This record gives sequence, C-alpha cells and structure tokens, in this order.
Amino acid sequence: MKQIFSKQNRALLSELVRTDFKLRYQGSVLGYTWSLLRPLLLFLILYIVFVKFLKIGGDIPHFPVYLLLGIVIWNFFLEMTVQSLGSIVGRGDLIRKIRIPRWIIVLSSSISALINLLLNLVVIGVFMVVNDVDVSRTILFFPLTLIQIYVFALGVSLFLAALFVKYRDVNYIWEVVLQAGFYATPILYPISLITNENVQKLLFMNPMTQTIQDARYEVVTHQAVTIHQVFDGGWYSFIPFIFTLGVIFIGTIYFRKESKYFAENI
Amino acid sequence: MSDQEIAIKVSNVSKSFQLPHEKRSSIKDTVINIFKHREFETQCVLEDISLDVKKGEFFGIIGRNGSGKSTLLKLLARIYTPNSGEITVNGSLTPFIELGVGFNPELTGRENIFLNGALLGFTRQEMLGMYDDIVDFSELRRFMDQKLKNYSSGMQVRLAFSIAIRARSDILLIDEVLAVGDLDFQKKCYNYFYNLKRKNRTVILVTHDMSAVRRFCSKGALIDKGKIKKIGSANEIAEMYENINLRLAEKRLQQPQEKKDKLKQKRQGTGEAEISLVETFNVDSKKSQNTFMQDEKIGVRISFKVNKTIPRPSLGFIFQDQQDITVFATNNWITDTQTQPVNKSDEIIYETIVDNVFTDGEFTITCAIENEEFTLIYDRIEYMHKFMIGGHKLAHATTHPHHSSTVTYKKSNKTKT
Repeated sequence: MKQIFSKQNRALLSELVRTDFKLRYQGSVLGYTWSLLRPLLLFLILYIVFVKFLKIGGDIPHFPVYLLLGIVIWNFFLEMTVQSLGSIVGRGDLIRKIRIPRWIIVLSSSISALINLLLNLVVIGVFMVVNDVDVSRTILFFPLTLIQIYVFALGVSLFLAALFVKYRDVNYIWEVVLQAGFYATPILYPISLITNENVQKLLFMNPMTQTIQDARYEVVTHQAVTIHQVFDGGWYSFIPFIFTLGVIFIGTIYFRKESKYFAENI
Repeated sequence: MSDQEIAIKVSNVSKSFQLPHEKRSSIKDTVINIFKHREFETQCVLEDISLDVKKGEFFGIIGRNGSGKSTLLKLLARIYTPNSGEITVNGSLTPFIELGVGFNPELTGRENIFLNGALLGFTRQEMLGMYDDIVDFSELRRFMDQKLKNYSSGMQVRLAFSIAIRARSDILLIDEVLAVGDLDFQKKCYNYFYNLKRKNRTVILVTHDMSAVRRFCSKGALIDKGKIKKIGSANEIAEMYENINLRLAEKRLQQPQEKKDKLKQKRQGTGEAEISLVETFNVDSKKSQNTFMQDEKIGVRISFKVNKTIPRPSLGFIFQDQQDITVFATNNWITDTQTQPVNKSDEIIYETIVDNVFTDGEFTITCAIENEEFTLIYDRIEYMHKFMIGGHKLAHATTHPHHSSTVTYKKSNKTKT
C-alpha cells in the first residue's frame, strides 16, 4: 500500500490529471469556465423541460434540485466508466514503451471525472440556494455516499478497461448497458411512480439507485425514498453495498491479472 | 562473483507471442467459436536467454532487425512479462526505453517537460528545481511556450534527450538514440555516454552502430534469431556482428539479379577486344568473393576476349564509392606489367591485388581495355562489378592506409639524473 501511493506515483497521477484537464478545453475561448458553464446551461434546459412543461414529480419538494442531483451522479458514473474504459487502449503508446503502474492511467481518468463531479456539485449548490432548500444534518453522510459511488464506478472501470484491451466491442455493449441503466434507475422519474413493490425492490439492488436515492435523502429532501424504507431496515438493504465491494474486488483482481499482458495485447 | 555485483541477471528467459490465425477480437466471434479450437501461431521471439550484467558495466545488445533485441529490452524494463525464466534486477531501472515517450503534441514544451519528468519518477518540486537546466541544455528556451506539435522533429528529440539524461536510476536502458538527430546532437549523446562510463553507471545499450559499441561498451551480447550467439568483449561482439552482416551481403551480391538491377552499366568501345568477366577474389583461396574485411587484401580479376590482333593493349580499372568518387585507379603500366601482342580469340586474364585501405561501404569496378597510347578504347564497361568492405573500427574516415606510430619523450633537463 505504501508503495502504491509512493511519492513518484502521486506525482505521476497528478501530472496525468493535470494534462487531461488542460487538454479538455484546449483552444476554447472561455477555457476552464466551461466546466462550470456547461452543467449550468444543461441544467437550465432540464429544469425548463421537466419542471415547467412536463410537471412530473409534483409532490416531491425541491424537485428540480432532486432531479439535477440524480442526473449529476449518473453523469459522473457514465463519464468515469466511459473514459476509463478507453483509457488503457488510448494510452497504448505509453503502455508499450514505458513501465508505469497501469492502474494509474485508469485512476487518472477517474479523477478527472471526479473533479467534474465536484464542479457540478458546486452548481447544484447554487441551485439549492436559489430553490431555498433547507439543509439538514444528514448532509454529513453525503461524502460517504459519494465514496460508495466512486468505489463502485472504479470497480466497473478497472474491469472494463482491462476487458477492452482484449475485446474491442466492449465499448458498444457498455453504451447500450448505460442507456438501459439510465432508465432502470429512477433518475428522471420519482421511484414512487413504480407501484409494484417487488419491481421497486429489484431496482434498489442496483447500487446506482441506492446511492442516488441516498444522496437525495441526505441533501435535498427526506421525502426521497431510500432502500431502508423499501426493505423496512431488513438485511436485504445491504445487498447494494455488498455488490459494490464485490465489483471493486473482482475489477481489481481481473485488472491485475490482465495488466501484465497489456503491452503485447494492445 | 557475488550477487551484490550483479545489476541484472537474466536466467533462461523465453518469450513468445501467440498470434491467432484469424484475429478474433469481438465477443460475438468468441461466443460463436467458444468451443472451436483456435489455431495459434506461436512466434518464439526469444529463446532461453541467459546473461548477467554487472554493476558499472556498459553492456551492448546487438542484433539485426527482428532478432529480438528490443523485445529483450522490453522484458528487462518489465514492460513485457516473460513466458518462462526469471529476470532479477538489482537496483532501480529507467522505466522508458525510447526518447520522448508520452510527449503530447497539444501541450507546450514546458508542460511536456513536467509530464515527462513525472513519467521518469520526479515530483513537481524536483522538476521545478531542474527545469532551467533542462531548458538550457536543450537550447530551446525561446520555444518553451509553444506547442510541441510546432517543433521540428530534431527539436523534439533534443528536448526529450535533455529530460531523459536526468534519470537517476541505477540502471539505464537505452534503445537506438543515436539513430536520430544531427551531428551536433550525436556529439552530445556521446558526451553523455562518456560521462555515464566515467561515473561507472550501469547502462544497457541496444544499437546497430558498431563504432558506438566499440567506443563505449565494455561487454556485449550478440542476439541472432532470438538466441544469444555470443557474449563477450565489445570488440569481439562487434567483429562477429560485422562478419555476419558481410556474409549476408556476400550472399546478396552473388545473386545475379541484384547485380543487374543495381548496376547502371554503360558500355563503350570499338569492340576489338571485349571484357568478358570482372570479379573480386580472395587472395589466399583465389576464389571469387564479394565482401572483404578490413584486414583482407582485395583481388581483382578481369578477363578479356580478343577479337582482332592488338600489339600491346593497356588494361586498367578503377574503384568508385557510393558517391561515384574514384577512390582508386590503376593500369598495367603503373605496376610495370608489360603486355604482349595478342591475336583473335586469345584470352587475357588480368589480376591485381590491392591493399585494402578503403573504408566500409560498397564499391563498384569500372574497367577498360585500350590501345597502348590510350587513344582508342576497345571496350570499357562502367559499374561492371560491385563489392563490399566492412569491419573498420573507425568507419568515418575515407581511407585506412596501414600505418604505425611511435611515441618518444624528451625529458626536461630538470628531471634528468
């Protein structure tokens, strides 16, 4: 563990993240401003469409913020997994010619996504102020939820990045899975819209559903339905957590096993 | 030899790559063929390699293209994992084997320095400390805030080299740096190598350049077709490599097709005598030979067929190098060799033995038969024959006449007793 986070590795990681960030808004006039401006404008559109025209989620207080938080978390998951998936293959020139810990490459693209998430959360903060959201003490648990999301996404990312080296159609499949996942997770609609209790329980098996609902509960409104309410505090409610641990475990093992042969398989 | 002195120990390492006959890289194919036995072609790149590199040694790895020397370097750098065998490394290793790895064309020179430094294992603090030195060494200060894509390739190499020489690892792996850059840059490279040698750093150099091997390496390994052919002193290894190359060139030159294609023959003359054969031969065995080592004399044999009575013909030939510069010219009168009158259907065989004072490279022979006064050309063929010279220790001079030197000392009076 000490070796993993050695001085050199940390320096390399920060330099890779820095490069990623510099390259992202290369040549644009507004530069870094875009990382705040972009979510702000996108949220504005969603706000207008869903709240002013479609008028769903009527009885949930602060529904716009509730909605945005879900979207931000989902987008983070999407961005991180998609970027990480191609990260090893995309850095093939490095992998083939230099010995650096392979996981640093995946980690650096995950951190780029994480930085974007934090910027988006700042924008959410702005919307919360505008929307007069009462911040309760449960917000203190929010970082823990974020960590769970990150760990889950990292496990998926490691697995996909290693798999993509061997099978180049993983990215298309993953795109479809993400699209399905987006609708299988109560992001655009309140979970209460699903009346069948078993389907509701099933949806909560997905760590993304559980974390998004937890985040909404902690940050926006206590009316957000969480897994504990659905299962009445039974042990079933720990399944998504166990699932998360399983994913990071399998992802790490598979990545480690495959990373020895990245240089020749790319 | 204690283990303490060994920097790298390679024992019985083999590496092969599995190349599927039909590349299958989609899941659908995998699903369809999951029970079908796939055909693989196993390409064995390195077989049973064992070698030790001692601390402080400047070790050369030499081999032709595709011999597996770069694969070996990648195994040493732990970029590849060997199929069998073991590599033990005693000390830290440079992680890169090529210059400018990880350079990003969209970043400025300055940003690339920091990125490259991080790949070498330096922290940002350390990089800030040495940034000015790197820029000064590269002589590119003016361009630091320009994007790398606007650099010339020579400038990129200079920048990469300036960063790479900062590597402070115990063992350095270097792959063919000398192949790029101008003369000035090569001087810098050589200087760097001399410094490494003086400081007794452990270096492993993969190269084609035999003069570099002779100058810097204390030891070397010759790899051919994935196997170690020889491990020995730099001189031995370089000589063996040149021998192999010459033998291959010999084979190539013997093929008549090659002769016809490459030689832009031009013929002129009245036809009263004809050149029927030109060849070079080994002075000892008298057998035809097209390649000569630096210590071998060159035998030249030219046959003429006579079509008409000629009183006293003049026979001559010249050697030309690849730039068409005549490096040697002779005729029978110069060597005080008289010719006699010849009649129709006679054959003249003109043999000359030439000291090999020439440098490495390919040479062509142009020969002629003329009348005694050199006023009439009977037959003259340009670029009739090609031969090759190799194996010189200093291949950059144009001639290598045999020479010997002495050094004497005049002692000053004070020390005289």
